Amino acid sequence: MSASSTTWRLSARELAARVRARELTPVAAAESGWDGPALAWERDVHAVAHTDLEMRHAAAEAAPLDGPLAGVPVLLKDNLCTTDFATTCCSRILAGWQSPYDATVVTRLRRAGAVIVGKGNMDEFAMGSSTEYSCYGPTRNPFDLERVPGGSSGGPAAAVAYGLVPLALGSDTGGSVRQPAAFCGVFGLKPTYGRLSRYGLVAFGSSLDQVGLFARHAGDIALAFATLAGPDPFDATTRPAAAPDVAAWDAGVKGMRFGWPANLWADGVDAEIVTGLERAAAALERAGAVRVPLTFRPGKYGVAAYYLVATAEASSNLARFDGIRYGPRGASPDVAAMYTRTRTEGFGPEVQRRILLGTYALSAGYYDAYYLKAQRVRTLIRREFAASFAQCDFLLLPATPSLPFRLGEKTSDPVAMYLSDLFTIGANLAGIPGLSVPMGRSSSGLPIGVQLLGPEDGEPALLRAGRVLETDGDPARLAREHTTEFAWPGRR
Amino acid sequence: MAIDAAEVRRIAQLAKLELPEDAVPRVAEQLSGILALAATLDELDLAGCEPAQMAPDDAEQRADVVGGRTLDAATATSGAAESEDGFFLVPPVVENLEP
Repeated sequence: MSASSTTWRLSARELAARVRARELTPVAAAESGWDGPALAWERDVHAVAHTDLEMRHAAAEAAPLDGPLAGVPVLLKDNLCTTDFATTCCSRILAGWQSPYDATVVTRLRRAGAVIVGKGNMDEFAMGSSTEYSCYGPTRNPFDLERVPGGSSGGPAAAVAYGLVPLALGSDTGGSVRQPAAFCGVFGLKPTYGRLSRYGLVAFGSSLDQVGLFARHAGDIALAFATLAGPDPFDATTRPAAAPDVAAWDAGVKGMRFGWPANLWADGVDAEIVTGLERAAAALERAGAVRVPLTFRPGKYGVAAYYLVATAEASSNLARFDGIRYGPRGASPDVAAMYTRTRTEGFGPEVQRRILLGTYALSAGYYDAYYLKAQRVRTLIRREFAASFAQCDFLLLPATPSLPFRLGEKTSDPVAMYLSDLFTIGANLAGIPGLSVPMGRSSSGLPIGVQLLGPEDGEPALLRAGRVLETDGDPARLAREHTTEFAWPGRR
Repeated sequence: MAIDAAEVRRIAQLAKLELPEDAVPRVAEQLSGILALAATLDELDLAGCEPAQMAPDDAEQRADVVGGRTLDAATATSGAAESEDGFFLVPPVVENLEP
């Protein structure tokens, strides 16, 4: 009934199977990551924002023993509401805030037997691509402590990569699951918009936000998706029909067609990422899929449209943080000054920058020129995706233009930081699913990620292709071995 | 389109944020850089492209489904900086007028 020294390396599927067979207690399963090498690694990587031993034990002891995720420890991004752990979005403005309810995805996790073990570090309010904008300090990439893990869900991605948990939840507004998954060498799924409930996900850009999943195996992503996806009466933007069936995630890709928009990486993309794409394409072809060359509009237009839509929606969503309803309040004798003091003291620099941009884009005289135009571009991008999916089942493209960059490298240049989302933003604008798949490591030992994009409700095809790459891709990559046996890079 | 310091101050006031005066030029430069990126959208032909909508068509029909579950006032105000008897407490909005 107790955990062995290697339990922490098990997949979520295997861990749950052992709990259901009564070979492991939920407490032993949920604590396996903490009992492994994780404690020492966590000190360096800093993937976790909130956790507590007694709360973890209480959650494990309450977990149903026969659910599909029985005893599986799950780390949640700190913008998903939980009644036990604090929910702060890694922002001073929500310091210590306790949600009065669980997010729907959290309720469904608990019902399936999963054990919430804490909250993962993130860029404040999910605004960032490096997890450097957390009020608790940055998360570091487990493959190289001098580099970022990606963002904004960098904590959950890093925790899955180094073995603290086999499964984690993040949120993806412009790539915040897929980009850190690529930087940390794990799988990361952004489902179709409206497939996973956003009820209890603190809103950033409501028409773009989607709860996403991290795991070291395609099968674990499928298991979590099947458990969590589906309509929710508490989120009117969930899709009313039943979620697509992903049970055939291991059925291969024979006869499928994948789009190959090579013009997108003709320049400006790291050569080792292009090599990873070629390896992925070759693996898919060996498995019986057919490559379909396509041409796509450059991603810079998507980035421009995204930063207008996302910041406009963020400025509106974050107007609720005024010192009255949530979190601490800036001391002031009158209410108007209290609003300003609370927000000025509570929001960090990147959040303030985006609120300012969004306020500008929505202000009188500029709405048509910015927000409305960006929404029209969005329609153009959706049509372009629809035309490509008339020719193929899914697209293969980079997840990121570069390998993980160094801490501090892009914090002084917001446009450079925003352009690191070049390949991920389109899926959010179009509402389609995307899966980051690890494809081995670079010559310097850094993870290489590739991305698969599908049409709405295309998750089954993405997971089948992801599984093919997991079993037939580069055997050196972390995800296949699901261990963190690589030599630990120099400690700080 | 470039944003100048006066425009940054106006936006900050609208957004209920107070920028230190020495930060205003840097913010103006950064916002101008982002708007220069946004200006590339002018290169696109958007004829026939209506603004995108993301909510499903039947979203409005579903509001009545959730009628039965809500938070009581005490719970809903429990995360506030100051509350009393299920109400949010705020500083005075108007001057206290003597009768």
